[in-house]
Amino acid sequence: MSEYKSVKEIEKDPKKNESKKIEDQGILKGLEQLTPEKIEIVINQVINDETGARLKVYVDTCVHCGMCSKGCHFFLSLNDPKFSPAGKVKQTLWEILRKKGKVSTEFIKDAATVAYTQCNLCKRCAMYCPFGLDVAYVMSVMRRICHKLGVVPLYIQDTAHSHSATMNQMWVKDDEWIDTLMWQEEEAQEAIENLRIPLDKEGADIFYSVIGPEPKFRAQLIFQAAVIMNAAHENWTMPSMPGWDNSDMCMFTGDYEMMERLKRRHFESALNLRAKRIVMGECGHAFRSVYDVGNRALAWKMPPIEVVHAIEYYNELFEQKKIKIKKKFDRPVTLHDPCNISRGRGLHEMARNIVKATCAEFIEMTPNREHNYCCSAGGGVINCGPPFKNARVESGKAKAKQLFAAKAKGAEVVIAPCHNCHGGLEDIIHHYGVDMELKFFGDIIYEILELPEL
Amino acid sequence: MSNYDKWDWDTSKKKVADLSAWKEKFPYIEELRVSHDGEKIAAIVKNEDMEFTVCIQSEGNDPETWENSYDKAWNLQFTPDDRLAALVSDAGEWKVSTDDETWENGYDFIWNMKFNSNGNIAVSAQKELLYSVVNNDTPWENEFSRLTDMVISPDGEKTAAVVESVPVLESEIFKFRQGCYSIAVNGETWDKNFMNIWNPCFSDDSNHIAVSVRTSYYDYYIAIDGETWDKSFSSVWEPRFSPSIYSVTAPVKRGGKWYLAKDGEIFWDRPYFQLWQQFYSPDGTKIAAIVAPEFGKWTMALDNNPWEIRFSEYLSDPLFSPDGNGVACLFKDKGKWGVAVDGKAWDCLFDMVWQPVFSNNGSHLAVKFKKDGFYHIALNGNIIDEKYDDLANPIFSPDNSSILVRGLQGSSYNRKVIKI
Repeated sequence: MSEYKSVKEIEKDPKKNESKKIEDQGILKGLEQLTPEKIEIVINQVINDETGARLKVYVDTCVHCGMCSKGCHFFLSLNDPKFSPAGKVKQTLWEILRKKGKVSTEFIKDAATVAYTQCNLCKRCAMYCPFGLDVAYVMSVMRRICHKLGVVPLYIQDTAHSHSATMNQMWVKDDEWIDTLMWQEEEAQEAIENLRIPLDKEGADIFYSVIGPEPKFRAQLIFQAAVIMNAAHENWTMPSMPGWDNSDMCMFTGDYEMMERLKRRHFESALNLRAKRIVMGECGHAFRSVYDVGNRALAWKMPPIEVVHAIEYYNELFEQKKIKIKKKFDRPVTLHDPCNISRGRGLHEMARNIVKATCAEFIEMTPNREHNYCCSAGGGVINCGPPFKNARVESGKAKAKQLFAAKAKGAEVVIAPCHNCHGGLEDIIHHYGVDMELKFFGDIIYEILELPEL
Repeated sequence: MSNYDKWDWDTSKKKVADLSAWKEKFPYIEELRVSHDGEKIAAIVKNEDMEFTVCIQSEGNDPETWENSYDKAWNLQFTPDDRLAALVSDAGEWKVSTDDETWENGYDFIWNMKFNSNGNIAVSAQKELLYSVVNNDTPWENEFSRLTDMVISPDGEKTAAVVESVPVLESEIFKFRQGCYSIAVNGETWDKNFMNIWNPCFSDDSNHIAVSVRTSYYDYYIAIDGETWDKSFSSVWEPRFSPSIYSVTAPVKRGGKWYLAKDGEIFWDRPYFQLWQQFYSPDGTKIAAIVAPEFGKWTMALDNNPWEIRFSEYLSDPLFSPDGNGVACLFKDKGKWGVAVDGKAWDCLFDMVWQPVFSNNGSHLAVKFKKDGFYHIALNGNIIDEKYDDLANPIFSPDNSSILVRGLQGSSYNRKVIKI
C-alpha cells in the first residue's frame, strides 16, 4: 500500500532511514569463505594491478568538501551523510587504502552493501564535484574487489551466472529465444500481413538487439519493434543464436572477464551477419556496456560497428519521415531521462524531439536532462533483488517528489526509455502512491502508428 | 563442395531463373539461397494456402515447390553437397527436411543446423524440455537440462556440445561455482565438470576436443578431452588445434595483456592489448592472429610479428592462402571496409565486404562487396564484372583460371563463369 499522497507528505515524513539488517545470502555465504589473508591478497592485487593513476588522482584530489552530496539522490532522499558520495568512498576505498587491504570480513560485508546497493553508478555526483571526480568509478573498483572475493548479492550474481552460461541475463535457452521471436512474429502478423522478424539475414541495414528480460517478461516490446521496423520498411534482422542480448550485469558485478566475453559475442554476432549497424532497444545500462565500457575493455576506442540507441533510431524515423502517425498521443506526458543515455550519451534532446513528434502535451520533470535524478534502480541495484528492495525504494524519495511535481502540473504518463528505469519507477510509483502510468517510447509509437496498407 | 571439379566451368553465362514469375505466384518470399555450383536458386515461400514450403528453380525449368508444406519453415540452406535443407514444423513437431524428405524423428524444437564438409547434418534439439543433439536423424541417447554451443566433427561422425551435467537451479549460486557444466560428445559427458565451458573445437582428425573453461571467477584454463592445462590465466579465448601435430594454441590473458599460449605455455611472448582468432597455415607451420599492439589499433600478426599497418575499427575473416604463403583479412577503418593482404591494404574501400577467397594456387584473392547499394566482385583489388542487386560469394575454378559469379540483376538470377 502507498504511504504518501503528495510531495508535502513525503517532506513531512518524520521517518529517517533506519539502517536495517540486510540478510543477503550471496554476501553472507560469500564471507564465510574468506580469510583476512585472502582479503588482503585480493585487494592488493586489484589495487596494484588493475587501478592506476585514475584511482590515485580521485582519492588524492578529494578535499572532502561534500559538494557531491547534493548530486546524490540517496543523500537527497535520506538526508544522511553516510549516503553522500564522499561518505560512500569513506566506507569503502579510503579505508581499504588506509589499511593497505588489512580489513575484516565485517568491513567487506558493509562495503559490498554500499558498493552494490547504495550507489547506482549514475555519475550525477561527478557534475557537482568541483574537480569532477567520478565516484562511480571508485564504487566500481570496490565491486571488482567484491567480485574477486566472491561476495556479491545473490540475485545479481545469479544474473551474471546466467550471462556466463547462456550469454543472456535471464537463463533464456537457445530454443526459447527463437520460439519467442517466431511467436511475436505471428502475433504481429495480425497487424501487418506477412510481417517478418527476419532471422540471421546477412547484409541487413539494422541488427536489432534487446535485453534478456524482453523475451522473458516483455515480449510485446519485440512485437512492437517488429511492427515499427516493418512500417518503416527497414532492411533488418535479429540473430537466432546467442549474441542477441546486449545487456550486461557482469559489468555491474565486477566480472569484467565475462563482460568482455559478452560484448565480443554481441559485436561478432552483428558483424558476422555483415549488418551495417546495431539498433538497441530502450535500455540504458546495455548502451553503457556496448557503447562505452565493454568495447573499451576489449581494446576498441569506439564500438567496431555503429551502435544506435532506440532514442536515436526513433528520432531518425521521425526526422526522415519514415513512419507516420494517426494522431498524437493525447494524455499529458512527462519524461524520465535515463542516466546512461542522457549523462552518458547526451540523447536527452533527441528524446524531447520524439516527445514533440508523438505527444500532444509534455510536462517537464525538474531537474531534467543530464541533471535528472536516477530511478534508484540503475547500476545493477534493482538486480540485487528483494533483500534490498525497501532500501532502494526509500532512496527513490527524491524521484517520487519529482513525479508528484510533474503530476501536479497535469502529467499522467511517465515515459522512461530504459528497462531498469521502468523497474525502479514502477516500484516508486507504487510505494509512494504516485498513480502515474509508465510507458516506453515504443509503446507510444506503436499505439499511434499509422500501419502500412495491407 | 562436392563434385567441384565436375561443375560447368565452360558456359560463360546461364540465366537460371526469372524471379518475376515467383513474385506473381507467391505472396511471400524469404531470402534467396543459391547452390554452391550456382545451378539452382531457392527460397522459403508461402503457397496459396499460406503454408510454408520451398520454391526451387534451375536452368530451363519452371519454379517448383516442394510437395510438402508446413506451419513454419526456416533456416533454409544448401548443404556442402548441394542438397537443400530446412527446419520445418508440422502440427508443432519439428524435423529437418532435405530435398523435401523429412527426417523420421521429430522434436519440440530444433535449431543451430550445422554441416560437415561431406554434408552430414546436425541440429540441437529439445523434446519435453530435455536437450540433445541429432546427427543425420540419429539423436543422442542421453539428454540434458541445458545445451549450448553444438559443434560437428570434421569427419561428421561426432557432435559435441556444452551441457548442464549437474542440474542447477537459478539462484543456486554456490552450487554453480562448484561446476555444473561439462562437454558431451555423442551424448557422453566428460568425467569433469566446470563452472563454465565455451568454444568447443574438434581436432582435424575428429579425435580430440579443446574448450575454454573457468573453474572460479579468476581461473581460466584451456581443457582438452577433459584435462586442463597446468596453468590458469585471468581469461582465455577460443583454443585451436594444429592441423599437423597434436598441439593446441589459445589466446590467454595475464597481467592485463594478451599472449598466445601453446600447450599451456606462453608461446608468443609479446604482450598485446587484444589477441584472438589465431589460425594455422594448412601445413601447420605458421600461425597468425588478429591483434591490437596498441589500444584501439588493430592488425594481423604472423608468427608473433605484427604487420606495420594499423586499422582503427575492426579486423575479421583472416585466412591463409592454400599454399600457406599469403595471409589476408578484412578490415574496417574510419567507417569503411577493405581487404588487406600480406600487410598491405587494397586501395579500394567498400560499404561492406564478405569473406575473402583465395584461388587454389594462392595467386588470386576475390571478395564480394557492397558499395552505393549494389554488390560487386573485386579480384586482386580491382572491380570485375557488372553490378548486382544480390550476389553470392565468388568461387575460383579448380585450375584457377576462372571465377564463378552467382548474381541477381533485377529479377534475373544468372550463373556466370568469368575468365581471369
